[in-house]
Amino acid sequence: MEAAHAHDDGHDHVPSGLMRYVTTTNHKDIGSMYLWFSFAMFLVGGVMALTIRAELFQPGLQLVRPEFFNTMTTLHGLIMVFGAIMPAFVGFANWQIPMMIGAPDMAFPRMNNWSFWLLPPAASLLVLSLFVPGGGPGAGWTLYAPLTVQQGMGMDLTIFAIHILGMSSIMGSINIVTTILNMRAPGMTLMKMPLFVWTWLITAYLLIAVMPVLAGAVTMTLTDRHFGTNFFNAAGGGDPVMFQHIFWFFGHPEVYIIAIPAFGVVSQILPAFSRKPLFGYASMVYATASIAILSFLVWAHHMYTVGMPVEAQLYYMFATMLIAVPTGVKVFNWVATMWKGSMTFETPMLFAIGFLFLFTLGGFTGLVLAVVPVDVQLHDTYYVVAHFHYVMVAGALYAAFGGVYFWLPKWIGKMYDERLGKIHFWLSIIFFNIAFFPQHFLGLAGMPRRIPDYSLQFADFNMVSTIGAFGFGMAQIFFLYILLKAIRSGEPAPAKPWDGADTLEWTHLPSPAPYHSFEDPPQIR
Amino acid sequence: MSQDVKVTNRIMLRKLAVMSVLMFGFGYLLVPLYEKICDVTGINQIVKADEIGNTQVDDSRTIIVEFDSNSRGEHWYLKAIDSKKTVHPGELVEVIYELHNPSEKSVVGQAIPSYGPAYASQYIKKIDCFCFKQQEILAGQTQRLPVMFVIDSSVPDDVHTITLSFTMFEVEGAIVDEKES
Amino acid sequence: MKVPYISKILATCLLLAVPCLSMAAWNINFQPGNTLLADDIQQLHLIVMIVCVVIFVGVFGFMFYAIFKHRKSVGHKASNFHENTTVEIIWTVIPFFILAGLAWPATETLLAMRDTSSPDMTIKATGYQWMWGYEYLDEGIQFYSALSTPQGQIDGTEPKTENYLLEVDNPVVVPVGKRIRVLTTASDVLHAWYVPALAVKQDAVPGFIRDTWFKAEETGVFRGQCAELCGKQHGFMPIVVHVVSQEDYDAWVAEQKQKISGKELGAPIKLVADSQ
Ligand SMILES: [Cu+2]
Repeated sequence: MEAAHAHDDGHDHVPSGLMRYVTTTNHKDIGSMYLWFSFAMFLVGGVMALTIRAELFQPGLQLVRPEFFNTMTTLHGLIMVFGAIMPAFVGFANWQIPMMIGAPDMAFPRMNNWSFWLLPPAASLLVLSLFVPGGGPGAGWTLYAPLTVQQGMGMDLTIFAIHILGMSSIMGSINIVTTILNMRAPGMTLMKMPLFVWTWLITAYLLIAVMPVLAGAVTMTLTDRHFGTNFFNAAGGGDPVMFQHIFWFFGHPEVYIIAIPAFGVVSQILPAFSRKPLFGYASMVYATASIAILSFLVWAHHMYTVGMPVEAQLYYMFATMLIAVPTGVKVFNWVATMWKGSMTFETPMLFAIGFLFLFTLGGFTGLVLAVVPVDVQLHDTYYVVAHFHYVMVAGALYAAFGGVYFWLPKWIGKMYDERLGKIHFWLSIIFFNIAFFPQHFLGLAGMPRRIPDYSLQFADFNMVSTIGAFGFGMAQIFFLYILLKAIRSGEPAPAKPWDGADTLEWTHLPSPAPYHSFEDPPQIR
Repeated sequence: MSQDVKVTNRIMLRKLAVMSVLMFGFGYLLVPLYEKICDVTGINQIVKADEIGNTQVDDSRTIIVEFDSNSRGEHWYLKAIDSKKTVHPGELVEVIYELHNPSEKSVVGQAIPSYGPAYASQYIKKIDCFCFKQQEILAGQTQRLPVMFVIDSSVPDDVHTITLSFTMFEVEGAIVDEKES
Repeated sequence: MKVPYISKILATCLLLAVPCLSMAAWNINFQPGNTLLADDIQQLHLIVMIVCVVIFVGVFGFMFYAIFKHRKSVGHKASNFHENTTVEIIWTVIPFFILAGLAWPATETLLAMRDTSSPDMTIKATGYQWMWGYEYLDEGIQFYSALSTPQGQIDGTEPKTENYLLEVDNPVVVPVGKRIRVLTTASDVLHAWYVPALAVKQDAVPGFIRDTWFKAEETGVFRGQCAELCGKQHGFMPIVVHVVSQEDYDAWVAEQKQKISGKELGAPIKLVADSQ
């Protein structure tokens, strides 16, 4: 074997030690690094979330000062979005896409290495911003001008971090698009690709389209701060609201950049455990594509209260409601996939069902928020916080958990402890709802978001929410234990541990998947 | 991977890289685009005299125009002499704002107009305005600044009150161009 | 073995929860509205919620039915169908009509909400870091309105009183039953003027004015907060609106004018917390 592809540039054997990971161009190594990195960032962002919740346990200021509180909300958002969830799905993409389309590796292995190694410096800059004079960024993850212009050096570090993260995402996306379009095994037509691959193709295009726009927005902030430009300064003929338009032109597609790969993961898991093919494959592809396109046309629904013309509000309301149609199609397809199946409920399936149930709940609160007059009451309150945590945590994160349990046997060749996995699921889902469901009520009653202290009428639900948040945090430490236990002493996994799984990595490769797979492309029927 | 695939990969890389660079440019393009939209709808217009369409005075209707002001910076304050006027659409209106500088330092400022409701900006046609250029005010002085405008007769029937507001911003380190003043 | 253990835990939790539940004000809906618009919005929210709940129960009714009946452990054999064009068209088209049905009342309420054309009076609210400034354009009254909760209550050295963090030194006073137009602007960064019971939330943008309105149906004290992150004291710049009878309002105006007589109207607004 070794000799056969020794000429194959660079990835001919498994190097050992630390240098293996620094220099690796192997998609599996890089995928693992992405996943571990995102888990580490998930814990860092989680500690920040718990700092926020601890301060909000009771009315009054007990633990942190308001300015530090603002830094926590800002960095929690940025780290979870750019450091945890997005890299987690890039990790899945790296591991799975080549195996699922029968390719030997990603199209640009060396660039793949660079995209990953840009992440740790960027994350360090974000964390470092806490320790520079003036403190970390405190303008919220949305970085609205002109508050950003007032901030200290931490804001500059944040802006650089976003530039680097953006670069990494764009390189990763170019790699993914090229891999999917050019490296499929013979016979693997686009409409035969597993849905996970489809969702990543669409996501990667979204990323290439909007990450540069975010880079532009923060660059304008940077030049407004230091080089005398007036993009967002009314005194110089600019407009603070323009930042919001540019930001959300990126920001709304970003929501789907996070959600669409999650749709992909769930679309692999549900059929596998229902022992039944995915219902409406073609309509899933079209629905995903139309969600992606619509996501470019609705950005200002995040800004109903800035004082835009009423005609604009009407347009954005209708366009936003329209997104409910393809999203509904997806949900119906998933339920139809389960319908008349022969289901079993291993941990990946539990997380997929948890995703389906709670993501849909988040979708419905999204519909409530799309209605302008209602949103004017709920905008910038905890209702919005609850809404997007249902989409991001119960949506994207649960899909990621499901994906890890689903593919772990293929990745490490060992099974996780099924009983512990189920406990992790139930702890997560119960504590998640204790943490976030009451926040709907807080928002309805009028508690603004991003405040370190609140009036007495909000005390009870905040206390409940904090208890839930700490429980949820503990459950994730337990998840780490489950992973380590599986890696150390898991039962050996068969090549295809799940009855209904039918993609190439299960049918054509042993567990664990060999370091080099599909050097010779498989034949697809 | 074969040489063929490598070549097509390279081409695809180049295309996608160009696409991302173009999107970066598009981010910046949103700025003039946004200004253009504001221009067309008349929001946030600053330094240009408006063209007057209909000069027919409509005596049958009256509109209350409120004159508001905001002063940014510690050196001055801006205030309309009349806080409001009742006018007919089509009628030429002149209002005087007073800019007072009680400090010991002369200041240069730029006023930015704004309208409530925002869509009223389409109907307030400014013929002359102190906001068309920067204003310098010497220490301890008070200056009278005129605004001349017409409310376009096409203003919708249900509009009864319009606010015209100016925010005076200090232009830091600016020197008034002699030709301009 | 396992079941009684879990039910014991659940029972304990419930027992512990009961005293908490009974003591607390577990408010799970909007604050009671004091404008017709607030009532409309709550009505609209209710309609949307009902539609959502019905669909939710329907869809997940199917799902849970499948989970209990179509599982391997009860011996259900998997079918192999994977598309059905009729069904797919139906569940694409029906949501269109449901959404159109929701869009209709939403549009009506929105148009009413944005109609600021014929106010009885105008107040300007200016956001500062970190307090509100108010100006009654018709009366020439102007004042600042800052948090009046003592620092000791915030730091926990004094017991918190009823209106903790929702009390100010100078409240806004408006007459009942009048259309009040509120212009918002800001002096430094974005703020937002938000009073839930009056169904008003409007961003305050530095350099520009925005407008909104409300017409209070009943007298009373209504409290809100800044709703757009504006820096470190963002959580500490509340809004208090006293809605009073016309006579009380007139008396208040006379008193305010007395206070400022002698001073020139519109004395310089000094920025208390100027941004750098
Ligand atoms: Cu504020």
